[in-house]
Amino acid sequence: MLELIVAGFMFVALIFYAVTGGADFGGGMWDLLATGPRADAQRNAIDKAIAPIWEANHVWLILVIVILFTGFPRAFAAMMTALNIPFTLMLIGIVLRGSAFTFRKYDVKSQKVQHRWSTLFGAASFFTPFIQGVALGALSTGQIRIVDGRLATGFFAGWLTPFALACGLFALALFAFLAATYLTADPNTERDVQNDFRLRAIWSGSALAPIAFMVFITSKEGAPAMYHGLTQWWAPLLIGTTLCFAIAALTSLWLRRFALARIAAMAEVTLILGGWSLSQYPNLVTPDITIFNDAAPEITLRLLTYALAAGAVVLFPSLFFLFRIFKGKGS
Amino acid sequence: MAGPRTGIDCAPHVGLLSLELQLSVSDFLYARSQMGMSLAFHIVFAALGITLPVLMAISEGLYLRTGRSVFLELSKRWSRGAAILFAVGAVSGTVLSFELGLLWPGFMEKAGAIIGMPFSLEGFAFFTEAIFLGLYLVGWNRLPPFVHWLCGVVVAVSGILSGIFVVIANSWMNSPAGFKIVDGKITDIDPIAAMLNPAAPHEVVHMTLAAFVATGFAVAAIHAFFLLRDRANVFHRNALGIALTLGCISAPLLMISGDFSARSVAKLQPAKLAAMEAVYYTQTGAPLQTGGIPDDESRTTRYALTIPRGLSLLATHDPNGKVIGLEQFPRNDWPNVRLVHWAFDLMVGSGTALFMLSIAVGWFAWKERGVPDGKWLLRALVAAGPLGFLAIEAGWVVTELGRQPWIIYGVMRTQEAVTPMGKIAIPFVVFTILYLFLSVVVIYLLRRQFMQSEKPVSELLKTDA
Repeated sequence: MLELIVAGFMFVALIFYAVTGGADFGGGMWDLLATGPRADAQRNAIDKAIAPIWEANHVWLILVIVILFTGFPRAFAAMMTALNIPFTLMLIGIVLRGSAFTFRKYDVKSQKVQHRWSTLFGAASFFTPFIQGVALGALSTGQIRIVDGRLATGFFAGWLTPFALACGLFALALFAFLAATYLTADPNTERDVQNDFRLRAIWSGSALAPIAFMVFITSKEGAPAMYHGLTQWWAPLLIGTTLCFAIAALTSLWLRRFALARIAAMAEVTLILGGWSLSQYPNLVTPDITIFNDAAPEITLRLLTYALAAGAVVLFPSLFFLFRIFKGKGS
Repeated sequence: MAGPRTGIDCAPHVGLLSLELQLSVSDFLYARSQMGMSLAFHIVFAALGITLPVLMAISEGLYLRTGRSVFLELSKRWSRGAAILFAVGAVSGTVLSFELGLLWPGFMEKAGAIIGMPFSLEGFAFFTEAIFLGLYLVGWNRLPPFVHWLCGVVVAVSGILSGIFVVIANSWMNSPAGFKIVDGKITDIDPIAAMLNPAAPHEVVHMTLAAFVATGFAVAAIHAFFLLRDRANVFHRNALGIALTLGCISAPLLMISGDFSARSVAKLQPAKLAAMEAVYYTQTGAPLQTGGIPDDESRTTRYALTIPRGLSLLATHDPNGKVIGLEQFPRNDWPNVRLVHWAFDLMVGSGTALFMLSIAVGWFAWKERGVPDGKWLLRALVAAGPLGFLAIEAGWVVTELGRQPWIIYGVMRTQEAVTPMGKIAIPFVVFTILYLFLSVVVIYLLRRQFMQSEKPVSELLKTDA
């Protein structure tokens, strides 16, 4: 039971990372793709939206990792060994994204210098979530095998499969959609720029459907356990609800009900991640490591649960304060 | 109490830690180099990230009390520096949290359940720091002044706390506690006892004070440099005053905590202390050897500056006290004596220099009833700028190399923990280049922040006066 609670905390942290940190990556993508007469205004809006909050949003990832290695240390060791290459690549992306964004802000305001940092920031914002999607997908492939506590399948298993690559692509589209949707609802965004992002959100949100279908198709071969999960009795219900929110998000964008679109988009992402984790429950590294066969001793899980609960009491009011100041009305 | 616990299956082990072999091409050593390089890089940002918010909160507090805009401008400028350093510290810290598993999966597999706790708490402390730094940096005009200042205080406190939690995790590697080993398997885990391990108090106190001293004097050096050029500059005078106050109060405390640390290490990790002091044979009334060339083959240290009975006095507070030598340990359980001894001397030397400087500063401040600005004192402060960070780097070399060949002292060898992944040279080279690049950019940008706002400040000060 405690395993489930700790895994639940980890899952919640992952969702928060996706809907906040993921959107920051999406912002970077739109920064690179900024075009037209309002390119600079778009970049400006992205910068304003991300600047005060991206570091806090990024900490969700650290929280996920810390919960993983405290609660499920063997799963952590297995993941970091089997996916050493993609995770190392991801780290390079994380370092470049964060530093390039900060450096741009504090460097010379000339076109050339700013452009150079923007390119690096944007490119890393594409690269990092793609690799994250690939790595997360690789865990579901069933191709990473742990035999007698040792990795039996080398360092290339799972993550170079069509399924994992499709997951990477899906993460990209998802975060791009999130970011564009948030930017339409951000009180700091100008009217014209809001229109630009409205179109971008509709486009990327629509592109999600074929990519999601691609993930589903490739999962038949590439992630059989997950495919099996997605064909259970509850799956149509979940997929149906997700679809409803997706349509609600797109419709709200169309009708310029941006605040509503933001909520629908968040719900959509939450349900997608929920479906992903349900479909492979209780696996952490399919099929050998589950949340039950590899958890830390009970005392660790119990103390971790207390720490997470206590941490949440400090964290959520602080986050609420942060977002109220920067994203609230009239800020 | 002598020596590490034995009876744990150890991998066959050769003298991997001698300097010659460190240069050989081996994935194990590349893994260690990458970890060491990542830590050496991150520790600078961590120490600055802990202390700059303290300085900026003090300065803003002074502004709230006195209403003098020079303090407001000062806290704004320090906060810009903090913003750049915090961003790079955040991403390089992320790299470390993954590298624990990417490079040392064998360690995390066993230790995760025992020392995950302080890392989790650090996660929350770091979260708080990130949230309130965001509020602080962009909230100058959006928050009431007092609330804004409180945000700065929260940044400072949570920064100090996150440093403390990480150092606690490290101290556990040096004095593992909170578990039992039965038939080679870890059982009876107690994460609280692990956090309260015997090395935690001295490591935590020493590192926190070291961050204050290093940052205090590094910041003081910058302002002393500008004050040398323009003695009438009120801005730099006040900045120097605040930075020196923090540095000079912390420096003597750091010396006391260093003494406390050395005696703890003598008890907890006698092999490390023996390497620090290059003591090959157990002896009473041991002399203190400074510098010199320790030689593992002949088990002597040549050309060292020797103070009779000095070491016994320092390590045991008794001139005839007994100090354990390396001969008590199997040859393959020795750390790299040369590097540890030299790093230790470098740390103590730099620390002592800063301590004496702090005494001098205190004396002149008392005599002049203000921020001392004698030409030679300012020059000394400029010269001493890098010493604190030199001492921090050297201190971590002592702590980490001195722990070798163990990753968990006496329990698990570093070599047992390393990833089976080959070709670690590649990420090592990539991250080294990446971090060098970041260092250059950060230094350039910090300089730019400083120069850029030079002019407006002088105008601001005129209106202030």
